[in-house]
Order: sequence, then structure tokens, then C-alpha cells
Amino acid sequence: MGKLISKIPDGPLAQKWTKYKASVKLVNPANKKKLEVIVIGTGLSGAGAASALGELGYSVKNFCYQDSPRRAHSVAAQGGINAAKNYQNDGDSVYRLFYDMIKGGDYRAREGNVYRAAEVSNQVIDHYTALGVPFARDYGGTLDTRSFGGVQVSRTFYSSGQTGQQCLLGAYSSLNRQISKGNVTMYPRREMLDLVLIDGKARGIIARNLITGEIERHAAHAVVLATGGYGTIYFLSTLAVNSNASAAWKAHKKGAFFANPSFVQIHPTCVPQLNEFQSKLTLMSESLRNDGRVWVPKTKGDTRPANEIPEEERDYYLERRYPAFGNLVPRDVASRAAKERCDAGFGVGETKLAVNLDFRDAIKKQGKKTIENKYGNLFEMYDTITGINPYEEPMRIYPAGHYTMGGLWVDYELMTTIPGLYAIGEANFSDHGANRLGASSLMQASGDGYFILPITINNYLADEIRVPKISTGSPEFEATEKEVIERLKKLLSIKGKQTAASFHKRLGKIMWDYCGMVRNEEGLKKALVLIKELSDEFWRDLNVPGTYSELNMELEKAGRVADYFELTELLVTDALNRNESCGAHFREEYQTPDGEALRNDDKFTYVAAWEYSGEGNPPVMHKEELNFEEVEMKTRSYK
Amino acid sequence: MKLTLKIWRQKNAKAKGSFVTYKMDNVSPEMAFLEMLDSLNKKLVEEDLDPVAFDHDCREGICGSCGMYINGHPHGLVPGVTTCHLSMRYFKEGETIWIEPWRAKPFPVIKDLIVDRQAFDKIQIAGGFISINTGAAPDANSILIRKQKSDEAFDSAICIGCGACVAACKNASAMLFVSAKISQFALLPQGRIEAKERVRAMVEKMDEVGFGNCSNTGSCEAECPKKIKIVNIARLNREYFKAF
Amino acid sequence: MALAGIFLLMFLPIHLIINFLLLKSDPVPFNNAAHFMATFPLVKIMEIVLIGAILLHITWGIILQIQNWLARPIGYVSGSKSEISFFSRFMIWTGASIFTFLLLHFFNFYFVKLGLVKGNPEDFYSMAHDLFKIPAYNYIYLACFTLLGFHLFHAFSSAFQTLGLNHRIWTPVVKVVALVYAIILPAGFAFISIILWLFR
Repeated sequence: MGKLISKIPDGPLAQKWTKYKASVKLVNPANKKKLEVIVIGTGLSGAGAASALGELGYSVKNFCYQDSPRRAHSVAAQGGINAAKNYQNDGDSVYRLFYDMIKGGDYRAREGNVYRAAEVSNQVIDHYTALGVPFARDYGGTLDTRSFGGVQVSRTFYSSGQTGQQCLLGAYSSLNRQISKGNVTMYPRREMLDLVLIDGKARGIIARNLITGEIERHAAHAVVLATGGYGTIYFLSTLAVNSNASAAWKAHKKGAFFANPSFVQIHPTCVPQLNEFQSKLTLMSESLRNDGRVWVPKTKGDTRPANEIPEEERDYYLERRYPAFGNLVPRDVASRAAKERCDAGFGVGETKLAVNLDFRDAIKKQGKKTIENKYGNLFEMYDTITGINPYEEPMRIYPAGHYTMGGLWVDYELMTTIPGLYAIGEANFSDHGANRLGASSLMQASGDGYFILPITINNYLADEIRVPKISTGSPEFEATEKEVIERLKKLLSIKGKQTAASFHKRLGKIMWDYCGMVRNEEGLKKALVLIKELSDEFWRDLNVPGTYSELNMELEKAGRVADYFELTELLVTDALNRNESCGAHFREEYQTPDGEALRNDDKFTYVAAWEYSGEGNPPVMHKEELNFEEVEMKTRSYK
Repeated sequence: MKLTLKIWRQKNAKAKGSFVTYKMDNVSPEMAFLEMLDSLNKKLVEEDLDPVAFDHDCREGICGSCGMYINGHPHGLVPGVTTCHLSMRYFKEGETIWIEPWRAKPFPVIKDLIVDRQAFDKIQIAGGFISINTGAAPDANSILIRKQKSDEAFDSAICIGCGACVAACKNASAMLFVSAKISQFALLPQGRIEAKERVRAMVEKMDEVGFGNCSNTGSCEAECPKKIKIVNIARLNREYFKAF
Repeated sequence: MALAGIFLLMFLPIHLIINFLLLKSDPVPFNNAAHFMATFPLVKIMEIVLIGAILLHITWGIILQIQNWLARPIGYVSGSKSEISFFSRFMIWTGASIFTFLLLHFFNFYFVKLGLVKGNPEDFYSMAHDLFKIPAYNYIYLACFTLLGFHLFHAFSSAFQTLGLNHRIWTPVVKVVALVYAIILPAGFAFISIILWLFR
């Protein structure tokens, strides 16, 4: 148990980060050039870290599987990015943002990290604005904000419905500047296939060039994983279809603990599945809930078109159940409420797996023009996908897998349990507890990348200045590369009948049914059996045409799905272990009489960090107890 | 729906490509175009044949990965839509669909429908940024920007870098892409400071990597999935003249 | 490209106005105007600039077109179905046709003035009247001015765009003016030729 030292600095919460910064070791500029850092991923955290490290003078190698860093999936975030600027004079502060995150995360996040994330949020907004991110503005020229799911202040900065793309383009531009200066070398269309450890320290990676198929060795003094989340375990999710957990999973198998894997957020407002061939579910920004009202008919199986159902026969169930927050309750609450109504038979649409999100009243009150200004592009997108005009008919929405609060365990310095291996952004577990509040992922990813890691990593690299350039010729690189190639060969040699995607789809169904929005012991145990069976079938009947030394998208996919079989097993194990309901993790056995989540603070106020213990062996859990010094643990109530 | 697909197949950058015909029997009008191709690939893989390679990722029209030239249009017939959002309901029963990769010298084919678009990255590396170090920014509200200007900058900034403008242009010109990037920065006070250096560097790089010249045909604007306007190109020209 | 083009756009109306003098039965005004154009020093300077603009426009146009062809070595089998201004696709070809006509025109008039080709430079009036009596010349003349109209229609508004002059209110106005210009100007030249050919 001694392995989990979170390294939270002493002192009052508000002083911890300041104190840390004042005492952290530094690296002389002349030495920085000699130190190499590998950053995997080019989203807000990855591109942010690569450019900030480049600015400091480190030699950075940045990798992404896409053809350009500008396509990392941060690009798809819609709603906005939080900061405790209090530009609205509505009583916001760093403390209140911190408090909202802790409460929203249902008291399963580490106070010190969360406070720091809130603290750097203001710098993030300043930085993006200076980089030319066109955030929405008011007529006086100042930045505009809006209120976002689960909070009572207006602290969310936004760029229409594509804040993610605008922030990512900002990060990409700062990355480009460092590439032009020669501080960062970009390696697009590369997939990290394994981590190389030398003397227990992260010293490099084995990557596959996705165009030529060439297996490459890259060495560095430290490795940073900014590889995002694993929401695609559900197959249908709001993630990019190529998003995957392989890099993080390989690191886990090399010794990095995986924390709270079962904390997966299901986003309440997505376009429902339209057909069986569907490859993904499109998110409709949560900001829509600011003006849209969620409802289902009061009568079971009502098949009338939405507009023909009179006011008194509509059940605005969120406003009914949660009068204080209404349609703005946190995501987990909204998602479960939608599932509850649909399971009870009140769903709408052909599949009956959807609820209405209605703008009729907002359009009546504010005018079509105002609504168009706020959500025009989202309405257009909805129309494109479904052929339904949301200005005239309510949207239909349903929850979908979205964000993973769980991830690699990291300490206050964002270092995993492997020395020299860092995890930032969604890839780590640290800031969102059991549920993430809207608009805090862009905030956390950017904060990690730009303002936290570039400071904390010095503490490690300061002791590495005497280590010469790492050679890729060492036996460790040799051995890891061999393992990687053998695994690729193994996937290619099965020569069965089924595609990787078809396995992924079936795995996703198991996860959605038994380990989705609502879980119970029986279902989880069943899921473990089903996963095992499917995994066996995968290794028996998969087919991947071609070879590994060429562009081979089926092979890429197969490798990712193979890792998902192992990760889902851990995820279900974690869900089984956590005998309580908290945030997005809802165990049916643990609920209040009116169906709300019931935490068990005495037994589960800890982070479950899982250690890999070899193939076939059960993972070993390590507990990091969470101590709440500032915040009093309360039952989360949005009523 | 029954469809006939004529897809450009090319093993790798060096190989000679050709069109291959595929008959599709069970296409649902609810499918998106890429899902239709997914179903073709599923069939091919099950027969141990090489699936059709195409770039795709977010499948919600924002990452800019996907892009194919479909029946004479980049991203297909429907305006304002990327290939991933192109619904099969826009195609007719029995229709023959020609699917080609983007064609431009700076976008060489890598495999089948995948092209190398790093030329776009190179142009942006040449100057598509504001030079400010992390931590050096002033308070965000100390930079006041007129709402109309800021909105205009946003309208330019929505470019997803898919390359449809180049694919559509008879000259394979990248002017719409470059002008959108230039405009975003040119319209904001933060970007004005190094506006001259930026426009010169980016235009020079654009010419160097081999894109064609703009002859104001407007096909880029007609085919841009994000409906970016050629007003940006006029602005780029203005900025370029001002830079000397 | 655009600057040289705009200069040519300005020259054409002057040429047209002088041509209208051909409709008079008295050859003196036209010949005087031609004489003035051939001898007045300021016009002489402009003439050099004009020739320069033509050469620049042509050379630059060809260079750019070659670059454009090189930028797409392999074309599309399914062609291009973008909804765009139709005439913008063929600028190099309409331009080339106009150039061919220009050569013919130079042989008929300009080179006579320079003394390179036999003829009486003091009586362009009669030379023009004689030429318009030949049906074949008229066919070529009319065809070329139709193509010139196509060329001008795109050229006019395109030049503004290239010079960075795109405006929310004025650009649509420019487009209308371009249409009017592209119709009236070739129509004026054509009108003169038809009158001289069929009615004189």
C-alpha cells in the first residue's frame, strides 16, 4: 500500500499550489535542450503540454494517430470551458468552482488537485484569448459567459457550439509555433503500441507508423500520456470512432495503476440511435438545456406527434423532480432520469428510447433570432442528421457514453506510479471524481497541459540532467519491440471470419446493458462472464486481412479492441467492488427510496487504484483514502 | 436500396490505381455515407479482402478527417455537410456513385481514398499563430473586441481543414483555407501585431507546396462543408498587399 | 493580372466610342480620331502602357494557368458539378480566342499604322468599311465579341475580388455592373459591325 503517495503539499488548500511552485526544483535553460520529452496525443492537454514544454526549451516529440494534430477529439467539445473569472459578478470564485467540482464529482475527487484545476482556470482563459480563440463577446467588447449543467453561476466561456474546436485550434497554433522553432518535432499518423521501461523508469515508446507500418523506437527522459478517455468501450458513444485506450492500457500493464475505471459519464443529450448500422452517437451540447425543456408524455406509449400533445399532458420530469435546478441538473442525474422514464414506458420516437427537448417556450419568449444565435449550428446539425427541424418540433435526445472520469492514477505532480510517466487531461483520473461537471473537461485538460505539467515535470527532470540522450539500441527497446511485433503477428494469424468492429459492437452492447447508466451485482457478474466468452471468441474468430508492414486500418482497430477486452474486465471489476452509488456510478442496490444515488462514505471514500498483476491473475486494488479538509461531505441534492 | 459503387482503389502512394466496382444490395436510407462504406468493408474483411481505406474519426462533422469526392462534389451533393454526415437518403435507388480521393498535387494519395494533407499543416506552421508564451497573457477582458469583429473572426475560424476547397477548385487552390486562417487572426487585435509577417509567410508556403492559383470561380465557397465565404479571400488579398 | 485586366477594361469603352464614328457617312471624324490616337503624345504613352498591360495579362495568365494545371495532375472522373459561375471555368480559352482575334486586328490596323503591313494609316475608316463587307470577317468578329463578353463578365467582378475589394453592399452592385458591362460593350461593337455589314 505504500506505493500510493499523492504528494499533496501541506498547508491550507488555497496555498498549496503557490507553495508547490515556489519550492519545486528547476532545470537550467542550458540543460533543458538536452532533455527529451515524449508527449502522446495532441488534444488540449497534449498540444498544450508539448507547446508549453517547447517554450521552456525542452526537446519535445509529439505523437498523434490522426493525420494532423488539429483533429484530436478535443475538437468535438461543444458547450464551453469554465473559469472562475467572476466576470458576471454573480458570486463566483476559485473556491466556488472548486466546491462545485467536488460536489458534482460526488466527493470522490482529491481536494488538492481540484482546487488547483479551479485556480489555473483563469490563466487558461487568458491564454486562449491571447492566442486568438474567438470566444463569444458582449456588445461592450468583453467576454460573454453562460450557465452550464449543474451550477448556479454563469462561468462558462464559449465559442458558439464549437468551443472545443476553437480552443484546440488555439492549442494547435501554439504547437505550430514551437514546431516552426524546432522545439517540437511532430509525428502524426503514429500509434503508440507500448511503453519502454529502463531500470523502472519510462524511457520511451514503441510506435507504429500507420502509413508504412514501420515499427519505430522513440526514446526520451520522460513520457507524457495525453491520450484521452475510453468512452468507446460502449461502441456507440460521443467519441471519435478511433479514440482508444491502448496507450494508457499498455502503460497500465507496464506498472501504472488504473484508478476508478468504472467512473464513466453518460451524456444526457445525444441524438438517439437511428439504425443498427450506426457507428457513433452525436452529442447535442448540454447548453441546450439552458433553454430547452425536457419532457415525455404523461400517458404511457403515447404515439401522437409531440406538437399535438397539449401542455397539461406533458411531464416535464426534470422540473418536477428537481425544482431548484430543473433542466440544469448534472449530467448523471439527467441521464438516469431519462433512462428511468424510458424504462417505465414513457419514451418517445420509434424505438421509445428517447425524450423530448423542446424549444417551443424559449422561441416564444426570446424570439427565433435569439435562439438561432445561441444554438443555430446545433439545430442545423440536428436537422442534417435526423431530417427534423428543431425550430418546429422538439428534438429527441437520449443519453450516450461520453467521458471517462477514471484513468491512470496520478499524484499531485500528474506522475503515474511509473517514474517518468505522466498522464494528463482525460487520460488521468484526478479531478472529476465520480462525475464531471459540464465545461470542466476543456478546463482541466488545458490546465494540465499548459499550466501544471510544465511546472511539475521539472521536479523529475531536474534529477535527470546527468542522464545522457537515451539510446534506442538498448535490450529493453529490443525486447519491447519484439513483444509488439509478436502481438501484431498474433492478431494477423487468427484468420477467422469476423471483423474487429463486429466484436467491438458486441462488447459495447454488453457494457451498455450491464455496466452503463445503471448497474447491479448480478448484471456485472454476468458481464464478466460474457466479456470472457466474447474475448475467447475474438482470439479464435477474428479476421484481419493484410500485413502489419503497410497501412492496415483493420489491424489498428483489432489491437484497440483486444485491449478493450482487458480494460472492460477491469472496469466491471471496479464497478463490482464499489458497493455504493456515487456520481455516474449508480448501483441499483444502493439508492434512496426516491431513486437517488446513495453513497457509502464510511467504506468508499477512496480512490480504487488497480495494479496489473500479470495475465490471468486478478488485478490488485490499492486504496488512496480521500481526506476532505475543506469541504463537508453532504448528500448531493439538486431538489 | 441497391447501389453501384465505383471506388478508386490504390494500394499505396507508388502503385497505379484504378476504379473498382462494388454492388451494394442492402443500403438503408438512414445510413450515413461512411456507415455505408463500413458495411462494404465488413463484407470485404469477412471475405479476407482488403477493405477500402478512408480517413474518418469524429463522425460528427468537426474533425475534418473524412473527405471524398462523390459524384462530382467534395463531400457529395448536399451543401454544408461533411461526408460523415451525408445521409444515404439523398441517393436514388439504383444509382451509380463515383467515389474518388481529393485530387491535388500537394495532396498525394496514400492509399485508396486517403490523401496526405500535411501541406495544410506546413502552411500553418509557417505562421498560423500568435506569438505568445504560456503565462504571458494579460487578463482576457483587458482586450476589448467589438462583438461584430469577434463574430466575423469566428465565422472564419470554423474551418475544419478538410481540404474540400482544394478538391473543388479547378486550380486546386488553397486560398479559401489560407484566407480563413489569415482572416481569423487579421480581424482580432491580438493577431494584428504580426499580421504582415504572417500573411507573407503563409502565402509563400502555400505557393511553395504547390497549390494552384485562385481565379475566383467560387467553387470553394459552394462546396465548403462549413460554408466559409470567399470574402475571406478578398481579405487575404488585402492583407497581402498591405504587407509590403 | 487584375491590375492589367482593369486597365484593359478601361480602354475598351474608349475604343467603342471611337468605333461609333464609323457609323457616320462622313469618314473625316473617325479618321481624325484615329489620327489623334496615333499622334497625341499622352496617348502614345498610354499606348505603350496598354501594350505592356496586354503582354503582362497574357504572359501572367499563361504562367498561372500552367501552375494551375500542374497543381492537379490527375483529374476527376466524375467531373466537377459545383454550382459556380459558368464562364469562370473557361477564362484561359475565352482569353486565347480574344488573343487570336487581337492578332488579326493588329494585322488589319495596328501594324498598318506601324508601317509593318501595307495600307493607308490615314484612312482606317475605309479599311474598316471594307473589312465589314466580308461575311467571314463578320462571323469571326461576332463570335469573338461574344467570347469577350463571357470573358469580361467573370473578369470584371473577379478583378475586384483579387484586389481585395469585397464588400457586403458593393460586391453585389459590382456583379450587376459587370453583367451590364459584359453585355453592353460587346453588344456595342457587334452593333456597329452588323450595321456596316448588312445596312451599308
